Amino acid sequence: MKHLLSISDLSKSQAITILNTAEELARASDGPMKKLPTLRGRTIVNLFAEDSTRTRISFEAAAKRLSADVINFSAKGSSVSKGESLKDTAQTLQAMGADAVIIRHSASGAAARLAENRWMSGAVINAGDGTHEHPSQALLDAFTIRRHLAHGREDLAGLHIAIVGDVLHSRVARSNVLLLTKLGAKVTLVAPPTLLPVGVESWPVTVSYDFDAVIESVDAVMMLRIQLERMSEMFFPNAREYSRYFGLNSDRLRRMKPTAIVMHPGPMNRGLEITADSADSARSVIVEQVTNGVSVRMAILYLLLAGVPESEGVIA
Amino acid sequence: MTTKYLIKNVDVSGVISDIAIENELITAIGSNLQVEGATEFDFTGSVALPGLVDLHTHLREPGKEDAETVLSGSQAAARGGFTAISAMANTSPVADTAGVVEQVYRLGQSAGLVDVFPVGAVTQGIQGEHLAEIGAMADSAARVRVFSDDGNCVFDPLLMRRALEYIKKFDGVIAQHAQEPRLTQASQMNEGFVSSQLGLKGWPAIAEESIIARDVLMADHVQARLHVCHVTTQGGVEIIRWAKSRGINVTAEVTPHHLLLTDELARSYDPIYKVNPPLRTESDVMALREALAEGIIDIVATDHAPHAAETKECEWQEASFGMLGLETALPIINMTMVQTGLLNWSQVADRMSAAPARIGRYEKHGSSLTVGSRAHITVMNPTQLWRVDRDRLASRSRNTPFHGMEIPGVVQATFFNGRITHKAGA
Repeated sequence: MKHLLSISDLSKSQAITILNTAEELARASDGPMKKLPTLRGRTIVNLFAEDSTRTRISFEAAAKRLSADVINFSAKGSSVSKGESLKDTAQTLQAMGADAVIIRHSASGAAARLAENRWMSGAVINAGDGTHEHPSQALLDAFTIRRHLAHGREDLAGLHIAIVGDVLHSRVARSNVLLLTKLGAKVTLVAPPTLLPVGVESWPVTVSYDFDAVIESVDAVMMLRIQLERMSEMFFPNAREYSRYFGLNSDRLRRMKPTAIVMHPGPMNRGLEITADSADSARSVIVEQVTNGVSVRMAILYLLLAGVPESEGVIA
Repeated sequence: MTTKYLIKNVDVSGVISDIAIENELITAIGSNLQVEGATEFDFTGSVALPGLVDLHTHLREPGKEDAETVLSGSQAAARGGFTAISAMANTSPVADTAGVVEQVYRLGQSAGLVDVFPVGAVTQGIQGEHLAEIGAMADSAARVRVFSDDGNCVFDPLLMRRALEYIKKFDGVIAQHAQEPRLTQASQMNEGFVSSQLGLKGWPAIAEESIIARDVLMADHVQARLHVCHVTTQGGVEIIRWAKSRGINVTAEVTPHHLLLTDELARSYDPIYKVNPPLRTESDVMALREALAEGIIDIVATDHAPHAAETKECEWQEASFGMLGLETALPIINMTMVQTGLLNWSQVADRMSAAPARIGRYEKHGSSLTVGSRAHITVMNPTQLWRVDRDRLASRSRNTPFHGMEIPGVVQATFFNGRITHKAGA
């Protein structure tokens, strides 16, 4: 594994390796020495051509805990916003000797373009490309689900997870569908028909337009952020109607299995796709997802950059 | 001084023959011809076709001469076996006045490698709001008969109706780029399973089909001539089949790339595969091949669309739509239609020469290879393979989706008005 562009690049065992490595790194981070020397002297660039605070900070924290040098290259005030091409930016980063580039970009496929064009030789990590994928988010979600619900198993076999909301525009949903099903979970997408892509019928998932019909049978609900501009694009009539049919509220919360958890990749629109009491309830693992994000991203950086021979598979 | 050529041992309508050319005309066809003073070419193993005619070409001059000029596009055309091409109107400035179409026409004449017939814009600036000076373009030295806003759809139904009616005055045709604009805002690729996975905004087949359906009904109502550019969907084929069965005066074209490539190629996120209308699915490809074989789709047109490198070396959604086509068209048709048994060579001559010349009213093109006819001749060896190399094309641009592919059919020579405009290996 040279890059992490899409969950489809990972085998099931590679995905489990990342989750297991993240567990080990999380344990190490809980010890007295938070910082590991593993990536000392390596340069990691955070190339964020689209606004994102939490993902950038999470990757930055992960890289720093592994002692890497981190350069933040964000859209505002950078050459990206001045119309420099992705190719020129990549060649610049290459010339500066970046060992890895973590890229967030509004164009689907931007990370793949960066990796596959020989514009640069370093590892490329997709931190969200347009409406395509967000693999590190899916990995931290799977990690969180596994911790709570897998009872010591390595995969997610037998679990039922609902992904609720704007699947059409969601890179989180795409990566999660690939990863959760790869790990053996059953996935149900819950959304208004307007927010599901044409072609979803060929995805390895069940589709429902009725949140209430699904809520009692799931082990986890993953609420997706709904962007307010979707209303002006006529995907649904208004926020009130959206919340009524597809929002997580205390009534639906109460009907969930006793063990079921509530997830959200953030940032949340409280009162739209999730009510405040749901977000802050005992079922909510939303804050924990953020914590786990750092461990999972450490594992990704470690496995891509620490010179682990491919044959040894695991963190080794 | 007369120029004389003698083409030896080529397949002319199924018979191995020699073709004698003097000045602009074919003077003899037969076996063992002798012509004193003629330059002889032995093309054993090759087939001779009437010079190819492209009804849909983008030449980028005026405005984007770094991507293509009338001269470089003419060179690409000659290499591809074409003797006539149709320069689309979406240049900068747009070809929406007699002045611009005459300029393009004269550039074509001075290049002298093919006839360059300008296509006139239907609307001013191809903005879809006001009719362009269609009559003036028709009456100009360029004698424009084909009008198109290609790149944009003539979407306003009233404007489309008026345009269809107006061109009846001089037997013109509206070549429609069928794309419902509201259904395709910011669209990037065919809407379907692949787009759902890639997170690229879909360009649904219905956006093409709904316009084709509207336009054939309108052409019927006003009894005018409609040509549908680059049909890409099975549903579009079915509507055209229905329209023809009703006797509606509609013709249609398909591009070589839509006869071979599918939306699966977008998985690379390489914008070399980004084209408008987009690559569709395997079942669409098969339906298009059948339709071309049956004559439901009348012609092959290249939609040759040169683009400067920087508009393709970028993110998919930032990239320009379009592919080169002139130099690879005939081999791709050989591969997809002839080698598959769907067309024979006389049908290829119809789909790539006679029929497009008829639709465009290009009177001096498209006639079959007979004694006394104008010497527009394409000679191709259909069994010889070549590996497409984007760095060795005549076009100024390199955006061919066939780079690195080995394709069957090498154009050995092209004769335009009795002069040789391309010779393989020369």
